[in-house]
Amino acid sequence: MTPSVRLQEMIRVIRSARTQGEERGIIQRECADIRSQFRQGDNGERSHSLAKLLYVHMLGYPAHFGQMECVRLIASPRYSEKRIGYLGAMMLLDEKQDASLLITNSIKNDLSHSSQYVQSLALCTLACMGSAEMCRDLAPEIERLLRASHSYIKKKATLCAVHIIRKVPELAELFTPSARTLLSEKNHGVLHGAVVLITELCERNPDTLVQFRKAVPELVQIMKGLVTSSYSPEHNVAGISDPFLQVRILRLLRILGHNNDTASDAMNDLLAQVATNTDSSKTAGSAVLYETVLTIMDINSESGLRVLAVNILGRFLLNNDRNIRYISMTSLQKIVQTDHNAVQRHRGTIVDCLKDQDTSVKRRALELSLALVSAVNIRSMMKELLIFLSVCPPELRSQTASGIFNAAERYSPSKRWHIDTILHVLTTAGGDVRDETVPNLIQLITTASELHCYTVHKLYRALIKDIAQQSLVQVACWCIGEYGDLLLKGECEEIEPVQVTEDDILDALETVLQSHMSSPATRGFALTATMKLSTRITDNVDRIRSIVSIYGSCIDLELQQRAVEYNALFKKYDHMRYRSAVLERMPVMDKNSPGHTNGDTSGEIKEPDTSKPKPVEAGLLSEPASQVIITGYSEMQKHCCVYVHVVPTVSVYEKNGLSLKIQCDKQTETEVTVTLIASNSTQNDITNFTLQAAVPKSVQLQMKAPSGNVIPAHGLGQVTQTVLLNNPNKASLPCFRFVQLSFLLN
Amino acid sequence: MIRFILIQNRAGKTRLAKWYMQFDDDEKQKLIEEVHAVVTVRDAKHTNFVEFRNFKIIYRRYAGLYFCICVDVTDNNLAYLEAIHNFVEVLNEYFHNVCELDLVFNFYKVYTVVDEGAQAAPHAAVFGVTSLSINQPPLLQAPPTSTGPTHPCCSQAIHPQTFHLFFKIHVHDEGCCHSFHIHKFIKPLWLLT
Repeated sequence: MTPSVRLQEMIRVIRSARTQGEERGIIQRECADIRSQFRQGDNGERSHSLAKLLYVHMLGYPAHFGQMECVRLIASPRYSEKRIGYLGAMMLLDEKQDASLLITNSIKNDLSHSSQYVQSLALCTLACMGSAEMCRDLAPEIERLLRASHSYIKKKATLCAVHIIRKVPELAELFTPSARTLLSEKNHGVLHGAVVLITELCERNPDTLVQFRKAVPELVQIMKGLVTSSYSPEHNVAGISDPFLQVRILRLLRILGHNNDTASDAMNDLLAQVATNTDSSKTAGSAVLYETVLTIMDINSESGLRVLAVNILGRFLLNNDRNIRYISMTSLQKIVQTDHNAVQRHRGTIVDCLKDQDTSVKRRALELSLALVSAVNIRSMMKELLIFLSVCPPELRSQTASGIFNAAERYSPSKRWHIDTILHVLTTAGGDVRDETVPNLIQLITTASELHCYTVHKLYRALIKDIAQQSLVQVACWCIGEYGDLLLKGECEEIEPVQVTEDDILDALETVLQSHMSSPATRGFALTATMKLSTRITDNVDRIRSIVSIYGSCIDLELQQRAVEYNALFKKYDHMRYRSAVLERMPVMDKNSPGHTNGDTSGEIKEPDTSKPKPVEAGLLSEPASQVIITGYSEMQKHCCVYVHVVPTVSVYEKNGLSLKIQCDKQTETEVTVTLIASNSTQNDITNFTLQAAVPKSVQLQMKAPSGNVIPAHGLGQVTQTVLLNNPNKASLPCFRFVQLSFLLN
Repeated sequence: MIRFILIQNRAGKTRLAKWYMQFDDDEKQKLIEEVHAVVTVRDAKHTNFVEFRNFKIIYRRYAGLYFCICVDVTDNNLAYLEAIHNFVEVLNEYFHNVCELDLVFNFYKVYTVVDEGAQAAPHAAVFGVTSLSINQPPLLQAPPTSTGPTHPCCSQAIHPQTFHLFFKIHVHDEGCCHSFHIHKFIKPLWLLT
């Protein structure tokens, strides 16, 4: 029987194996058989053995011992052997294998073979796995074949040229002249290859791009021929004449027309014609239309054409086929910034796509919807987005939440709506929001002073319903702590009144404190809120005191520290009214101040963040009382340099007899004047004394002229220099001043 | 630009793997497994496009086989979808109502068809150009899983040089096994005698 049956037989045997182990055994036997076959040398069986080996390789088993056999078979004069040898080369050999270089000569010979099938095999293989060296060697041959007589060979040679250019870009000039002439071919295969080649050349080299711009009229002509031609069975796919070639040409036109007015003008008519005449009921037509739309968007087309393109995309959105909806949304995403109004028209359809079943379609619809939100449609869009948030798949949740927040921040019609929206998001998807949501929301609440009552009521109700969403719980605790008195008052215009007692509030906070669902940060919030309530409620202060003292021995270090400090407030400083001063209501926070986002060094016990609060009371009370700040955060903002103000004169440098002091003279809300005093206690004068200082960017520094640059010895005199520090932003940052001294000692 | 073409069955066995990018053997194996994992969980309510690493895969399921093409992100999805369909039609006509076993037992012929169709050059999304020929009635756009009467191969007028055949679609369900005929005109293409 013919050996092909043996291959079939082997395949049948392998398929009949019932387990993986059995299959491995069979394959090992066959491989041993094949190996011995290879060793026997030429006997007409080699090609079949290699075919078997290739099958085994396709199943995933190692087959490198067949590489040399491929080389030998390629060199064989028999077509059947060459064929399988080339297939083996494409499957087993690649650039990294040394054996691949050995076939270069065979390929070279085969490229000039009399039979075109052999030529085509060689061309295929070179185009598939040719390395850079092989390409360099064989490029002239390929170039010669580009001008061959047979269109079959021309087609293959063209695509081989594309591969060569990718591997060895310097050879692009070799193919440029022939590429131009190939455009006048009639055979679609060659034409297609030529367009691919020209596309590759243009993408690599801008000069070639300029050169090929002259070919635009020719390309337009070819396209026109394709679009308007009558039915041709050779090229017809679903009613479109060779859609693959059309797509290719459109892509090339896009590259040629990009940023170039003359070329774009030349194609305007054609694009309009293609856009209107192409039947898009089948995928082939839609593919061509899609490529047309991409081209129109990318070149300098006239506005009418752009509107046409957006309309096509809008039509795609209404298509039943999910694929087409998906790609139209992908394109709309790219143009929504530039052609915003045009895309707005299709907002309804896009929002409907949020309900599609495929997640990737949903994602596209979400991105587009977020881009389409504007001041006009904010309310209706937000409704849709909130509905989407409650049903969307988990991987899209955080994106939706942050998108909603951004949109709400930019376009919210009223503060109350804004707060409501954020609360809604926190209740639905509190676990997926970003960390800065909590401080942002708190800051928003403080600015909406008229809504404090409403907000705290709403938050309280949300809190007693569910304490699982950490961000919501944190915000609720903070609000209850701040505005607990409003909550107790019970009445609020916008919500039906519910009587809330002090015990209820404390119960709620205690639940949060004790629940295993609360994160440590949340418990910190709850504890601080409980403490704040001690000044706002009247009856249950003892209960608060007991809660606080219990947590003084909590395992969590943060809670313990807080509890101990609050305890101190109760015990030691109660009579000095420190407690009420410290726990006073917080002022409105400025969103942009750096201290807003992180608890920094100047001790914010009230900053509702998870950073460690420096013990203000302890620190303050240990320092002398001059200019000590107790009353709170707002005071901090007014002083730009905390250190300087706590002590009137501080010595900053004391070495080798040279001492430098800084004295704070005058301070206002934004300015501080300091004097730098340098004195010298060495035996010799210090000459060429200069002082330089550096400050953070938000602070302006002005150094007045020094009194001199010689410091007399033995402390007999001093050099003073006045420095003005201006902090126009009232940024409450600790002002680091880096001072640089340079001097000559004797 | 096409990065690779894979034909896999539902169980994950590779029926064809054509690579147009440099990968090591173990990388190839990993890619095959990944593609299988990604593609087999999708059903009719998903699109035919999947984002995969920094490429995308355009796939289509015919009976028990997944035809996947991995392309760059900037390529035209629909054109490749059409190209897959074209390729399947070519196979159908070539193998005379192709089924999965045809692809198994004649894998070397399938590679040749791919080479003709994709023009053996990765950068050419020229897939499908070659499925053209002589006068044949237009395609029936039947859904891939339908079965029906077999259609005659266009045997009469094909010039032996053109392997370009023109087809109608019918793909039988997996599991059917029939003997294939080697038509005279295919002789130059693939015979192991």
